[in-house]
Amino acid sequence: MSSVAQKRGFGATLWDWLTTVDHKKIGILYLLGGGFFFVVGGIEAMIIRVQLLTPNNDLVSAGIFNQIITMHGTTMIFLAAMPILIGFMNAIMPLQIGARDVAFPFLNSLGFWMFFFGGVFLNISWFFGQVPDAGWTSYASLAMASEGHGVDFYAIGLQIAGGGTLLGGINFLVTIINMRAPGMTYMRMPLFTWTTFVASAMILFAFPPLTVGLFLLTFERMFGANFFDPTMGGNTIIWEHIFWIFGHPEVYILILPAFGIFSEIFSIFSRKRLFGYSAMVFATVLIGFLGFMVWAHHMFTVGLGPTANAIFSVATMAIAIPTGVKIFNWLLTIWGGSIKVTTPMLWALAFIPTFVMGGVTGVMLGTAPLDYQLHDTYFVVAHFHYVIVGGTVFGIIAGTHLYWPKMFGTMLNEALGKVTFWFFFIGFHLTFLIQHWLGFWGMPRRVFTYMDGQGWNSANVISSVGALFMAIGITIMVYNIIVTSIKNVRVANDPWGDGRTLEWAIESPPVFYNFAQTPLVRGLDTVYIEKMEGNLSGITPAEPVQDIHMPNGSFIPFMLSLGLFIAGFGAMFRTEEPWGMAVLIIGLVWTFAAMAMRSLKDDLGFYVKKEDILKDMKRKGGQK
Amino acid sequence: MMKGLKKWRLFSLLAALTVFLAGCGQEELSTLLPAGQVGKDQFKLLMLSSGIMLLVILVVVIIYVVAIVRFRRSKLGEDFVPEQVEGSHTLELVWTVIPVLLVLLLAVPTVYYTYKLGDVSAMHEVNEDGQSESLVVDVTAKLYWWEFEYPTLGIVTAQELVVPTGEKVYFNLLAADVKHSFWIPAIGGKLDTNVENVNKFYLTFDKESQDLKDGVFYGKCAELCGPSHALMDFKVKTLAPAEFDKWVTAMQATGEESTDVAAAGQGEVLFQQSCIACHAVSAVGESGAIGPNLASFGDRNRVAGFMDHTQEKVVEWLSDTQKQKPGNLMPSFGEKLSDEELNAIAEYLMGLSVEK
Amino acid sequence: MDLNKKFTPETWPDHPEKATLEAKNKFVGFWLFLGGETILFATLFATYLALKNKGPSGFKFSTQELFELPLVFVMTLLLLTSSLTSVYAMYHLKNYNFKKMQLWLAITAFLGLGFLALEVYEFVHYIHLGFTYDNSAFSSAFYTLVGTHGFHVAIGLVWITLLIFRNSKRGLNLYNAPKYYTFSLYWHFIDVVWVFIFTVVYLMGVIG
Repeated sequence: MSSVAQKRGFGATLWDWLTTVDHKKIGILYLLGGGFFFVVGGIEAMIIRVQLLTPNNDLVSAGIFNQIITMHGTTMIFLAAMPILIGFMNAIMPLQIGARDVAFPFLNSLGFWMFFFGGVFLNISWFFGQVPDAGWTSYASLAMASEGHGVDFYAIGLQIAGGGTLLGGINFLVTIINMRAPGMTYMRMPLFTWTTFVASAMILFAFPPLTVGLFLLTFERMFGANFFDPTMGGNTIIWEHIFWIFGHPEVYILILPAFGIFSEIFSIFSRKRLFGYSAMVFATVLIGFLGFMVWAHHMFTVGLGPTANAIFSVATMAIAIPTGVKIFNWLLTIWGGSIKVTTPMLWALAFIPTFVMGGVTGVMLGTAPLDYQLHDTYFVVAHFHYVIVGGTVFGIIAGTHLYWPKMFGTMLNEALGKVTFWFFFIGFHLTFLIQHWLGFWGMPRRVFTYMDGQGWNSANVISSVGALFMAIGITIMVYNIIVTSIKNVRVANDPWGDGRTLEWAIESPPVFYNFAQTPLVRGLDTVYIEKMEGNLSGITPAEPVQDIHMPNGSFIPFMLSLGLFIAGFGAMFRTEEPWGMAVLIIGLVWTFAAMAMRSLKDDLGFYVKKEDILKDMKRKGGQK
Repeated sequence: MMKGLKKWRLFSLLAALTVFLAGCGQEELSTLLPAGQVGKDQFKLLMLSSGIMLLVILVVVIIYVVAIVRFRRSKLGEDFVPEQVEGSHTLELVWTVIPVLLVLLLAVPTVYYTYKLGDVSAMHEVNEDGQSESLVVDVTAKLYWWEFEYPTLGIVTAQELVVPTGEKVYFNLLAADVKHSFWIPAIGGKLDTNVENVNKFYLTFDKESQDLKDGVFYGKCAELCGPSHALMDFKVKTLAPAEFDKWVTAMQATGEESTDVAAAGQGEVLFQQSCIACHAVSAVGESGAIGPNLASFGDRNRVAGFMDHTQEKVVEWLSDTQKQKPGNLMPSFGEKLSDEELNAIAEYLMGLSVEK
Repeated sequence: MDLNKKFTPETWPDHPEKATLEAKNKFVGFWLFLGGETILFATLFATYLALKNKGPSGFKFSTQELFELPLVFVMTLLLLTSSLTSVYAMYHLKNYNFKKMQLWLAITAFLGLGFLALEVYEFVHYIHLGFTYDNSAFSSAFYTLVGTHGFHVAIGLVWITLLIFRNSKRGLNLYNAPKYYTFSLYWHFIDVVWVFIFTVVYLMGVIG
């Protein structure tokens, strides 16, 4: 196999993408898949805001509105934000630690296809007209009462997608533990790698409760179990605990990688080492740890009693401290630096005040007695959009602009990037700032409409107008991506000019084996250190040029995920349709056949020959 | 770019301030205009936490603005290489200790109020005669309506909670079907009505509701409970203690009225035929009815919890309940009864009053 | 990696389960996976404890009346012994003694099968008593917890059977040694979970 670019037919290209186990290509697949669902979730958001534009609006009916809010939340969290972040982890993290691939390339591919088929499974519910409608939290009593297969789509779809995420988490952990280049000690890892590490650890411990919760829900709805039926001795509060034991760490899984991206950006575009690196690492780990201790602050109004509420209240406030440490470290990173306001930096700069506002409202919500007033109002809606959009989505868009050249070898247009920013940023604050007050004024969340005369009308108009601005911003960004891809102007290793970590010392996009020679890492921001010492390539090799072992592509992940997808349908319709049981069995047999094929067939990978590597290196030399 | 950023910041700050000053919301449902001790305690915490948080935001924004004004590459030149600072233990200590102190400042009152608002020990105290000393209301939340039983007074009502001012009123909260949440924004925070256990809390009502825009405080369901979650409103009428006692007596008297079939109007007869299986018109009794108790229907503020309180709206409601409140459990009567008959029932219902 | 490379007990590495990068990855990855599995079972245990003995009004089943320790004791013995035999197998893996390793793994599998058969018998017995899956919250939680463990045992049996037959002709190499080793990790984990089930569900159910 040669890395020299060849013209290939559509079929061969498609086959390559369906079978790839290359972490960079899987990263791109995640970005595409997540981006698609992000647009779907965005359209749902726009419908929500149009419905709430005026009182007593009837654009959508009450039932459909509940389906839309449920799918908006579920899609954005599980199918957009998390996959896109995992996409960046895939594309960038191995480069940052000087690895040639992730630890389990096959599982990496399997994780992607499970996410993809799980997401399709969830969204196919629209075509059945039976859509999840119990909220993204799917509280048990309402989920049990929900008619049709909506909640079944939720439970099975998330189960498949969640399995994929869990595989991804383990994969990244092992990659970071085992595959760091020589000299890349833990305390020299770039912060994005650190946040990937902590977020992956959180995935590992947070997703199993979700798995159990979804199984309980599935068994209750489809097989007659009684976990949540009080007349049979069940208890619905169990679901709330299980869900939030997963759900709270989940929001840190969403925010930590974004923190990592911003840390890189501040450092690059201030031309300065991250201030207080070790404190940043410690704060990241501490946030990850505390993230598991505070789930019940979502349940202050459930009636757990004052002692439980007080304990979880104080624990929640404690999280503000490491988060504050992070904010001040970022501020001190740009302080005394040389700030260049590029598009990624613009997003990062906007992130600080926005996220601080989201963070402080989080502390207010953590104040239990105050939460009795604010819980389940628009204040909460404002709060979590300030942290998830202001943190995660800003981070995703910043990361998209920052890493686009590294992933695709071409730069997104800076001017269009800034126009995107201003539309989105202004629109965002218009939409969500006012919602804090809607909460104060007594507007509950998840309402499909509201009566006139409660003083909420103009605030809702402002909010809806803001949403339109955000939509315009995203549309411009999509346009930017299309135009950039068509022009396809190639860029060099470090198009930003101030790259400090290993990914900026190799080609954009890198060859499939990443590093012709494994690099020797000499400190934090190793490429910066090398360049300051006059080594313009940024890399000191740790080994001679030699044969490189690489994994084979495989179609099995696609087939295995498809099997689960088919089995999901069978399970849902197994009693009410004559074909149901057969489809369930076919799906399961299909899945197990794929697994057996993987186990029984040896897959030893292949070697890239030394001569080919030397040829590649020569070609690159010629390009410069 | 920088100018734009600055202007925008100033503008958003001003806008926020304007909204804040102008916007305390409406008295009957705003948490910013609390009309009870619980809501006032929570408002104090809101002010305290907002104050601390605004301070934090202010500090961050000042450092931030100075940094991005002073350290621009356009000013410093392309070739400027900043000093690669590792960190500063002193500074890191400062921004760890100060937040710890701020958190403590908030945590202490938080714990205090958590216990204060969770204290329902007085709920079960009885006087020498074995009578409960405080007023207790059993709230049952059902698919899109609220039932209020006063167990010590032997009466039950629905959709409109009537309470006396100036004393602690204790609540037992339960849901009959799916989970709901009981919330009167202007009076105090919410508490969920679970399906498996009774939740208890108290509220106090400081202000008589008759001076308000509609003469009532607004109550809301705050937990997604199905299609018509948004319409699951109720109203709260607060009366001076003497007025409240009068109301109780009148409600207790509705049980004594016997239906004189001969004297009954058409509406009442139709009601006895079509509605009585689910709806009681006597307030005496216990909770657990299929439909809301209608004994004081004529005194209420809304039809079905959210529609204007007129005879036309009653007819509209009766003829197609699903259109008005999707997913609710009451059948529609538009095809079973003629317009004239619906009107007669509506007229009868509007006449059910304990206050007139 | 060269599958045809022949080893002798002398050239065979001390730690065949982590002699290559792939093996190291598998080793660390599987430990992490077991960490996730621990949380999964912890959640199921919590659910079980919350719903223990809970049923509709007039519910007649309770842990005291239902469970019979002698049967569960035999099951425990079988599974604990199978854990021990898998340790013998790993001893032979490290000493490059393929035949003996296969033999001990086969014994492990038979013991596991015995355990599973008794568990099926136990469940069938309860169902005959009327303690069906949809009978109450207690029954749902019980069958889900113990059944999930049983399902893990079944997966382990399929896994080891495939390994034994797939490699029966070609002997040990550095490609399949980590696979055997991760199986043994998995089997110990299942064993540990069972110890907790035995204690929390059965022992505390009958005595507590």
